[in-house]
Amino acid sequence: MLHIKNLHVKLQEEDKQILKGVDLTVKAGEVHAIMGPNGSGKSTLSYVLAGREGYEVTEGSATLEGEELLDMEPEERAAAGLFLAFQYPVEIPGVGNMTFLRTAVNAQRKARGEEEMSAGDFLKVVRAKAKTLKIDAEMLKRPVNVGFSGGEKKRNEILQMAMLEPKMCILDETDSGLDVDAMKLVSEGVNALRDAGRAFLVITHYQRLLDHIKPDVVHIMAAGRIIKTGGPELALEVEENGYADLLAGAQ
Amino acid sequence: MALVQAKQDQLAARIAGLSFRREGWLGAARAEALARLTAMGLPGKRDEYWRYTDPTSLTAVDAPQAALFDAGDEAMVFDGIDRLKVVFVDGVFDAAASDDLTLSGVEIERLAQAGGADIHWARDLYGVLEARGQKPVERPLAALNSAFATDGVMIRVTGRAARPVSLIYHHSSDRSDVILHHVVKLEDGAELTVLENGPAAARFSGVMEVEVGAGARFHHIRSQGRDHQRRAVTHLFARVGAGAAFKSFTVTANGVLTRNEAVLELAGDDAVAHVAGAAVGDGDFHHDDTVFVTHAGLRCESRQVFKKVLMNGAVGVFQGKILVKQGAQKTDGYQISQALLLDGDSQFLAKPELEIYADDVKCSHGSTSGAIDEVALFYLRSRGVPERVAQSLLVLAFLAEAIGEIEDEAIAEDIRARLEGWLTRHEH
Repeated sequence: MLHIKNLHVKLQEEDKQILKGVDLTVKAGEVHAIMGPNGSGKSTLSYVLAGREGYEVTEGSATLEGEELLDMEPEERAAAGLFLAFQYPVEIPGVGNMTFLRTAVNAQRKARGEEEMSAGDFLKVVRAKAKTLKIDAEMLKRPVNVGFSGGEKKRNEILQMAMLEPKMCILDETDSGLDVDAMKLVSEGVNALRDAGRAFLVITHYQRLLDHIKPDVVHIMAAGRIIKTGGPELALEVEENGYADLLAGAQ
Repeated sequence: MALVQAKQDQLAARIAGLSFRREGWLGAARAEALARLTAMGLPGKRDEYWRYTDPTSLTAVDAPQAALFDAGDEAMVFDGIDRLKVVFVDGVFDAAASDDLTLSGVEIERLAQAGGADIHWARDLYGVLEARGQKPVERPLAALNSAFATDGVMIRVTGRAARPVSLIYHHSSDRSDVILHHVVKLEDGAELTVLENGPAAARFSGVMEVEVGAGARFHHIRSQGRDHQRRAVTHLFARVGAGAAFKSFTVTANGVLTRNEAVLELAGDDAVAHVAGAAVGDGDFHHDDTVFVTHAGLRCESRQVFKKVLMNGAVGVFQGKILVKQGAQKTDGYQISQALLLDGDSQFLAKPELEIYADDVKCSHGSTSGAIDEVALFYLRSRGVPERVAQSLLVLAFLAEAIGEIEDEAIAEDIRARLEGWLTRHEH
């Protein structure tokens, strides 16, 4: 599904290398977790994959089902099946959540040469999916993320994911700012989307999210590289011992 | 002295070709307006009030040429709204295209036919609010309009009008130079909506004087554009009585020169005046909103909400003043003017002013200009929304607060959909 090879990225504005050769392969149906200390480049990786400006790829590639993501505009990456759940979902005053969702769903359908969803069908689907995430009608009517609590914003990200049905989902610290109940709700939303044709890359600081979203593979990232890859037990090791031993081992 | 002489010569040249009609009470009102104009002279580039907008093309003898605009198959604004249509083509009343000027609770007279008739209510209004609005700032182009307007409507409302009165302007000659003057009188408790739309002329001067009686409600929704080469100067004068409401909204798309002045006086206690605008322009677009709100009554509320989207060197101007007179306690005045600059070449020039002579008032004003929110743009694009659509969504979101000032849902939706269409079309 997702193949990242030797990815080197620096900030455009300053001469600062953030990613220094990331290699990562995620197969369809798998859930991978990336853990790592602050500043290791986890969020940068997610932004670069989604196509945010401000970064320069100096080397390497990232393909989604064989197509080079790094040559595409952000909207093309989305239409190709990539989705990034933001660490800090953006508030957009003046744009209704429903308008936003429907515009996004239909833009992707159009880009893929599919028929647009009618207003009636869209409403039915969005209501059903919102209900399972405990997102009420009032929240759907409000401007995108405006006045949403931290938990509501994250649930709204998962709703977008559920509506867009991407193939490759990247969750950037989706657990940050969530209480135990909200984390459970969000995890259930994610787990409901798990299937053989879809893959997840879950970026997190903490092991506890991985109690709810069980990963197949865990990677440890530090200083712009993946320094260790293992099974779910690697996350438990980090939780108990911190990163110090792993970092020392890598050097 | 030379300057004074030059000013007099300029005015003489400007009005030489205009016909001055002396008949009846209207002739007397026109003569007074002409006297005001002669005392003031035409505005010039050096005048403080015209610092950001060059009046030269508005004071020139001839209207600069303006190519006619073809809207293609796009229906006109307000097309789906049930309304009484009054049509002017290059300033000339078009009876065939207009509806019968009869509406329950409403009297409608045409200015061109009013000179001889004794229409006492219009007599107390025509040029009267314009004259009041000449202080403390002179507005010579409004006086010129009162003196030389060729037509317009005079509307008196005694009840609740069943339908909006819709003034529709068509532009058919690329040199047309049009001066129209409307007066509206709402008796106590009456209610009326006036709609205005369409390209009026190569050069258009429009004045509307509105007297809102106690407890009455007046709504004004105006659409200017999308014709680009025309020039327009408009003045809205209103006096709002006790417990009455005056609400005006203007959407402007394109136009090399638009100057919209609003001079509003909250005369009675508990009166409300809202004036708002949403403008979108590209290239040599120049759009000026100049507003003067006077609070004279107790517990009055005024709102000014102006939003402009500017690109490729377009210029937006806002001059807005709130004057709170002595004794106008518990005034609530709000003013916001904002520009969204889609590139580094566009300019927004804002001069917000407050002048307050009462001590128990709440007045706020703010003015900002900024670029499109790149983070929001990326967020939308990351969900698959193409960049152009995402930008249009953010532009509409920026304009939403101004459009939100329109009370009538159907009209607001018409304007919103229209802007969305224009923005999308613009980008293809």
